[in-house]
Amino acid sequence: MAQYLMSVLTDSTELATEAEMETIDVFNDQLIANGHWVFAGGLASPATATVVDGRDGEPVLTDGPYVESKEHIAGFWIIEAADLDVALRLAGQGSKACNRRVEVRPVLQEDQADQADQA
Amino acid sequence: MTTVTEAIARAHREQWARVVATLARRYGDLDIAEEMAAEAFAAAVERWPADGVPPSPGAWLTVTADRRALDRIRREAKRGRKHQEALMLSDATEPEPLGVIDDDRLRLVFTCCHPALAMEARVALTLRMVGGLTVPEIAAAFLVQETAMSRRITRAKTKIKAARIPYRVPSREDLAARVTGVLTVLFLIFNEGYLSSDPDKDAVRADLTAEAIRLTRLVRDLMPADGEVAGLLALMLLTEARRASRVSAGGELVALAEQDRGAWNRELIAEGHALVRARLASGQRPGRYQILAAVNAVHTDARDVRDTDWSQIVALYDQLAALDPSPIVRLNRAIALAELDGPEVALAEVEPLPLDGYHLFHATRADLLRRLGRSQESRAAYDRAIGLAVNTAEQAYLIRRRDQLAGP
Repeated sequence: MAQYLMSVLTDSTELATEAEMETIDVFNDQLIANGHWVFAGGLASPATATVVDGRDGEPVLTDGPYVESKEHIAGFWIIEAADLDVALRLAGQGSKACNRRVEVRPVLQEDQADQADQA
Repeated sequence: MTTVTEAIARAHREQWARVVATLARRYGDLDIAEEMAAEAFAAAVERWPADGVPPSPGAWLTVTADRRALDRIRREAKRGRKHQEALMLSDATEPEPLGVIDDDRLRLVFTCCHPALAMEARVALTLRMVGGLTVPEIAAAFLVQETAMSRRITRAKTKIKAARIPYRVPSREDLAARVTGVLTVLFLIFNEGYLSSDPDKDAVRADLTAEAIRLTRLVRDLMPADGEVAGLLALMLLTEARRASRVSAGGELVALAEQDRGAWNRELIAEGHALVRARLASGQRPGRYQILAAVNAVHTDARDVRDTDWSQIVALYDQLAALDPSPIVRLNRAIALAELDGPEVALAEVEPLPLDGYHLFHATRADLLRRLGRSQESRAAYDRAIGLAVNTAEQAYLIRRRDQLAGP
């Protein structure tokens, strides 16, 4: 089993509508029932972000997201799936449920960490 | 010595994909599979001239590659790097049998043509892992720097591993779409070879059509029941059969109507026709490649262009338009319609098509306008077509046609 981050992409600050919330709930229930569920959440708008740099002495705080972009991440799932084919199928269903595009990225596993740098 | 060299070349052609595929399954790692297959072939070059060609070259190569893979993994384990269990690409949940041969090579094809990879990565990876072409060969064929091509392949392999693109024949629900994806890759390789015109690269490009045909034959062996695989193979064979007569000695494209039909390759045509007939006899509804193969079968059936059964071709394009109502299909249908109902009817079909950026749209208009005696409009259309065409043989043809127009 591998874990994947499914990020919900959007270019608007509109939150999910009630109808979208309902289909998302149905999708979430399916994820749980089929053993794919790890975690999920919606995110407040990028304007509410604070960037913290604690690398050098007292943390330095910056108001706003680390990069201004047209699109941002409105929410995410972390799922468990046997392979990318399964993850992509779930992402397709998730995208439909939340009515937004979804980016799928594998969560690095211990046995892969040493190869990640080659990417 | 020559026979040994030939034996090695034949083994490379016939066994490369098998060796890579077997190792990929065993070790779950395309890198190891590729490198050890290459090492095994290098060992053959070294040893076979002295020791003789082994009775079963494929088995010898697989065993040699396997031994080296094990050595490497042990060495790396000793160096303290985590010993990799062969799980990365392998698949615990075997899909139910799908009526396809469950061959490791088929898994390899589907992995290399996975839709999560960029199209250019799929093409490069398929040529490297399944076709056994070297990175410099692939780079030359696509006019890309070797380092860039090498990076492209490495990135694809890294993604396959990190994202766990599975090493298996897709499940039933995904299979049709994934087969279509594989055929797209094969057709792209073929067209890259067929549509090029750069005289310096011609030899390499011709290799590319041959390679595409070879790979499609392999996929057909692995999925003999799939009609579209057969259709694509037939389409390639019937197209390849006309290669020699398609470009003149002066490097100019020769239109189908003007080609020397005696120079067409009869053997390839016979094979292509047999495939098309078998598909027709199956009674199954044909897909896009089968219909395009049938169109080419009609063309190659005519000993003279005047014997062409244009009504059959229009009917086939109607069938294709029902599957794929794209303007390009309608443009091709209109070209056939011109032979059946005349240029005026065809022009009325062509004019409204939203293909202003496509050189063949303007070339078709130019030809129809020429036939209607509307020289001035025809000239303007040829000018547009020449400006948009990138293929030098095609440009040369269009320029000659334009300059043959009557009047100012």
